[in-house]
Parts: sequence; C-alpha cells; structure tokens
Amino acid sequence: MIRLINSRVVTNLAKQFVNNTSLQSRRKGLDIRTLCTSLPKLQKEEVEVTFVRASGERIKAKGKVGDTLLDVVVNNNIDLDGFGACEGTLTCSTCHLIFSKPDFDKLPEKPSDEELDMLDLAYDLTDTSRLGCQITLSKDLNGLEVKVPATVNDARS
Amino acid sequence: MWKWTKIIGNVNQRIFKANYSESKAKTIKACIVGSGPAGFYSAQYILKHLPNSHVDIIEKLPVPFGLVRFGVAPDHPEVKNVINTFTKTAEHPNFRFIGNVSVGTDITLQELRNCYDIVLLAYGANIDAKLNIPGEDKRNVLSAREFVGWYNGQPNLDKLNPDLSGESAVLLGQGNVAVDVARILLSTIDDLRKTDITEHALEALSKSRVKKVYLVGRRGPLQAAFTIKELREMLKLPNVDTNWRSSDFVNVKEQVESLPRPRKRITELMIKSLEENKSNEGNKNFLPIFYRSPLQINGESNVESVDLTITKVVDNKAIPTEDVENIPAQLVCRSIGYKSVCIDDAINFDDKRGMIKNTNGRVLQKDANTPDIGLYVAGWLGTGPTGVILTTMNNAFAVSQTIIDDVHSGAIKCDSTKPGLDPKKYNVVTWSDWEKIDKREIENGKKSNKPREKRLSIEEMMKIVKS
Ligand SMILES: Cc1cc2nc3c(=O)[nH]c(=O)nc-3n(C[C@H](O)[C@H](O)[C@H](O)COP(=O)(O)OP(=O)(O)OC[C@H]3O[C@@H](n4cnc5c(N)ncnc54)[C@H](O)[C@@H]3O)c2cc1C
Ligand code: FES
Repeated sequence: MIRLINSRVVTNLAKQFVNNTSLQSRRKGLDIRTLCTSLPKLQKEEVEVTFVRASGERIKAKGKVGDTLLDVVVNNNIDLDGFGACEGTLTCSTCHLIFSKPDFDKLPEKPSDEELDMLDLAYDLTDTSRLGCQITLSKDLNGLEVKVPATVNDARS
Repeated sequence: MWKWTKIIGNVNQRIFKANYSESKAKTIKACIVGSGPAGFYSAQYILKHLPNSHVDIIEKLPVPFGLVRFGVAPDHPEVKNVINTFTKTAEHPNFRFIGNVSVGTDITLQELRNCYDIVLLAYGANIDAKLNIPGEDKRNVLSAREFVGWYNGQPNLDKLNPDLSGESAVLLGQGNVAVDVARILLSTIDDLRKTDITEHALEALSKSRVKKVYLVGRRGPLQAAFTIKELREMLKLPNVDTNWRSSDFVNVKEQVESLPRPRKRITELMIKSLEENKSNEGNKNFLPIFYRSPLQINGESNVESVDLTITKVVDNKAIPTEDVENIPAQLVCRSIGYKSVCIDDAINFDDKRGMIKNTNGRVLQKDANTPDIGLYVAGWLGTGPTGVILTTMNNAFAVSQTIIDDVHSGAIKCDSTKPGLDPKKYNVVTWSDWEKIDKREIENGKKSNKPREKRLSIEEMMKIVKS
C-alpha cells in the first residue's frame, strides 16, 4: 500500500497527540484508519463527510472543525489515487471535488482567483466544483456529501 | 471493542489478498524506464493494485524525478511537493531505483525484456523541436530546454553561458515553458536567490540587462497556450509591467461571453490587463504579441533581430500573410515544444511526431498494428510532450490500469521466473545513494539560504555516492 503522507498533516497530528503512540505506528505503516477510530473521544467538534466515488461507492469519514477536506482524506487514509499531489499548495487540482448546489452555495468562503485558476485545469469541471484543499470544515458542514471525479477514466478517453 | 474487530477485519483482508494473489500468479517483475512523474506514478499504481508485483525504475541519471527536478521552475517549489509522494513509493519494499543506467546504451530493450515480465517505457521527451528557419544557429539563439536546463542544473548545460547583456529578448512560443523563461528573466534577483536556482544562473542573471521580454505566438489571444495561473503570476511580478497590443484584441471582447469557462476567464484577465496598460517609470516589460510566426533570425554572428511573418487565424489555424514585422533582439529563445528520441531500434517509433506508437499505452509492434504484449509506454513519450504533471499522472494511472488488465486477462504470462536486472553488472546508483546526494545538496544549500544547491555534473554526483 502506498500512502500519500501529507507532511503538514503529520505535523498537525504530532502536535495533537504528542503522547499518543499512534503517530509512531503510523510512520511504521500501520493502518491509520484503525488508529484514528480509537481517538474520537478526544475530538470534540467532529464533522462527518461522505466521499462518493464515480463508481457510486460511498466512503464515510470524519474530520474536525478547521480541517480541510484534503486533511480529511489524508487523516482517514481514504484511498484516492493521486489525490492532493501538491499537498494543499494550490498548484495541482488533484483535490477536485464536486458539491451539490445547496452545499456549494452554503460554503462560507467563495473560491479565490487562484483556486479558480487551478480548477480551470481540472478534469470534469462543473459549476459546483471546488478544490478540497481550500475547503475548511465548519460545524454547518456536518453530513456533507462530495463527489470525487473519475480521473483514470477521463485519461483514457 | 469495535476497534479490535476492525483490526482483525483488516488483517483478514490482508491474508485474503495474499492468498488470492498467490493462487493467481507468482511474483510479477515490472521494469519502468525513466523516473519522472510518469515513471513514479506508474510504479505507485502498479505496486498498489498488483500486490504481487516487484517494480524497478531504471534511470539514466544518478538522480531521480526527471522534469520535476530539471524542468519545473525553481521559483515553483510547491509543484515539486510531488517528490514526497514519489519518495513514499521508493520506500516500498518491492521497489528498487536503479540509477545511472541508460537504456539503449548500457542495456538493450531486448535484454531488459528478458529480465522482466513487463517493461514500461517512460523516458520522457528530452530534445527540443527546431523552427527550421534561417539564422537559427546564430550565437545567443537558444532553445528553452537549454535555458531551463542551465538554470535548473541539468548536467552539461552549466557552460551554456547565455549572453544577457542586451536589452531585448524574444521568446518564440507561448506555452508555460516560455512563460517560465520570461519570469526567470524578469524576476528580481532577490526573489530568485531564495530558490534552488543554480549559482551560475544567479550570477549571470544578477548582471542581466534584459529589460523587455517578448512572448511571440502564431495565433491569437483566444488560442493562447499559456495557462491562467502562469499569466496571473506574470501580472503580479514586482517591477514588471505587462503590455499587450490592442490591435491583437480586435473583436475579442465580443466573443468572451460565448467561451467555455477556462478560456473565458483567461481572456477576461488578458483584457483587464490590456485596459490597465501599466507603464511605470523604470519597470521592465513583459510583452506578449500574437499573430506572428518566426520567419528568420538576423545578425552578424550574434543575433540582432527577428523577422516575424504576420498571420491571421482561420479555423483556429495560423495562416501567413505577405507582411513581416522586425523586432530587435539580442537573445532569442525558441520554445515550441519537446520531442522524444528513439533509444533502441526495437522500438516502434513515430519519427514525425517524436513519440512511441501506441494505443492506450500498449506499444504497437513494428510491422503490425497489434500490441506488443508486455511492452507499454506512459507520460510524454506516449502522449507527446504536452500537459502538466496532473495530465501525466492521469495517463500513468490509465496505462498502469491497462497493464493490470492485461495481467488479469492472462495476456501477460506471469508464470515465468524472470530474474529482474542484476544491478551488480552496472555502476548503479541506488535509492540510498540518491539520498546521500540529496542530503549533501540540501546541506550545501543551507550556506546560502537556498533549499538546495544542485550538483552540476554526473562526476560530482558519483563522487558523493562513492564517498
Ligand atoms: C520546463 C518545464 C517546466 C514545467 N513546469 C511544470 C509545472 O510547473 N507544473 C506542472 O504540473 N508541470 C510542469 N511541466 C510538465 C511536467 O514536467 C511533465 O508533465 C512531466 O515531467 C512529464 O513526465 P514524464 O515522466 O513523461 O517525463 P520526464 O519528467 O522527462 O521523465 C523522464 C525520465 O526518463 C529519464 N530517461 C531519459 N532517457 C533515458 C534512458 N535512455 N534510460 C533511462 N532513463 C532515461 C530522464 O532522465 C528522466 O528522468 C513542465 C515541463 C517543462 C519542460
Ligand atoms: S492539493 Fe493541490 S491544489 Fe489542492
């Protein structure tokens, strides 16, 4: 299993769970999903997010208020090939996600010019597309559902 | 409690996977030629989705990452974050990096195929397309590939010595590579100093007298090849004014509304900048010009000016007219694309397009139009030299999926016990050798507050490996 380890997220985790061995285990390559589920009581303001693959498969994940959707993918070790290649620095658009219209309108921050510039390069761009690394979770977003575009299929066409 | 069931669940899943793959096939030995994004993303995908696979990447140079190291501009360090993902792949127990081995020179393709069940060619596009116009061989007419290699520390290009003493530079081509060159020529030296740009480039650029950089395109603003992010960056560059020709934008505004979103946004940005038409005393100028096609390059021995044929665009194509414009230039850089080379006669190579003949990444046999099963191509070598890392990544994933399909369908016979390459036969640079070079480069960079100071020659790199 190859995992994309987001160094920024690793540091965040390090700050939070200094005394927890989970980080060490994670470095050794243990399944982070298992480790994360042992920690929910520490995390007060949880937000549930569902990622829906192009195949229709639904992946439920939990994040905290203040996390970006990229953090959620990385922290939950969600298996999306190539997601978050530039590690949230707005230079890749691999974190492209598609929102429902109501959710899209509800997002507190509108996309910056720079985000829109990167989105313009994304496959399957829609009017309700955003870059996951630019969306910060708030309590309001609990239960959010986002679609993950099918990159591999696109490249074949 | 449920935590434990989850762990057990996972373990079960792993055992199941192992049994499944063992019954299905023995170890599959795959070899990828080239360690750029196409090579590394393919390795990542194959290792993950074919659990019984072993993947070797063979790289010509002692250092990995291809154009991420030697192409991506030094002032775009974020783009290079993909290296972290590639490094994760390299740490996979079933992965080997075999650096400093050039396929086609040190080993033939056939020898390689004897050692592996699957060979994936991903050696990129590393020569440049020529304009084929008179005067192209004059002094200080360079290719963007050389200029980029010079500032990025590509071996053998440190002696390029571009002459930056003239005021006007003309870049022929309007892709992002040309914009990179323009930005490096126009950036303040203090901004460049913080990057991993080579010392010799920094030294030369600090004395540069280049004030005007033209970016010449054959077609109009609606066909502009640069992307919006790169343009916005130019518009924000300190001490630089971007100036457009209003004559290039006749009737453009009227069409904006009907354009698809990405084209619409970039066109609006150009129009906004055109209307601002900044001109600040003492600033340098970035001057994109459209509807001009290179005709000839003039000068004694050094370049002095460029003749450009004026074009008009019909059905998205540039059609030459009788009219010619002359622009003074003391530096000319052509940036009209890269090309791949054929590294081994056994490859079915399309000389015209400079890429390998393939369908969906399956390399076609030389005399038949059917796939040569077991041989694949990914990245710029298979798609042609266009697209960003994202495009290359998607292609690499798609080709790797094709490979996996061919394994599952039984088309690739994996019941053999192919040995893999024996690295002892070569003067190989391993992944831990590269980590030594990497560490040394980063240490050397610290002295001048740079993220790294690249080693410039293969000999220097090998010296570190041997130390
Ligand atoms: C100047 C420039 C700037 C760019 N900037 C950006 C950017 O900012 N953002 C972005 O997303 N994309 C950028 N790109 C595009 C990006 O670099 C490409 O999409 C990508 O690198 C293509 O990957 P590749 O693996 O096909 O080829 P490459 O990256 O070229 O990798 C090929 C590898 O094969 C090796 N090789 C060659 N011959 C042999 C041989 N005979 N045997 C063994 N190995 C061999 C090479 O040494 C190299 O390491 C840029 C491209 C250029 C040219
Ligand atoms: S992770 Fe690269 S743009 Fe979001």
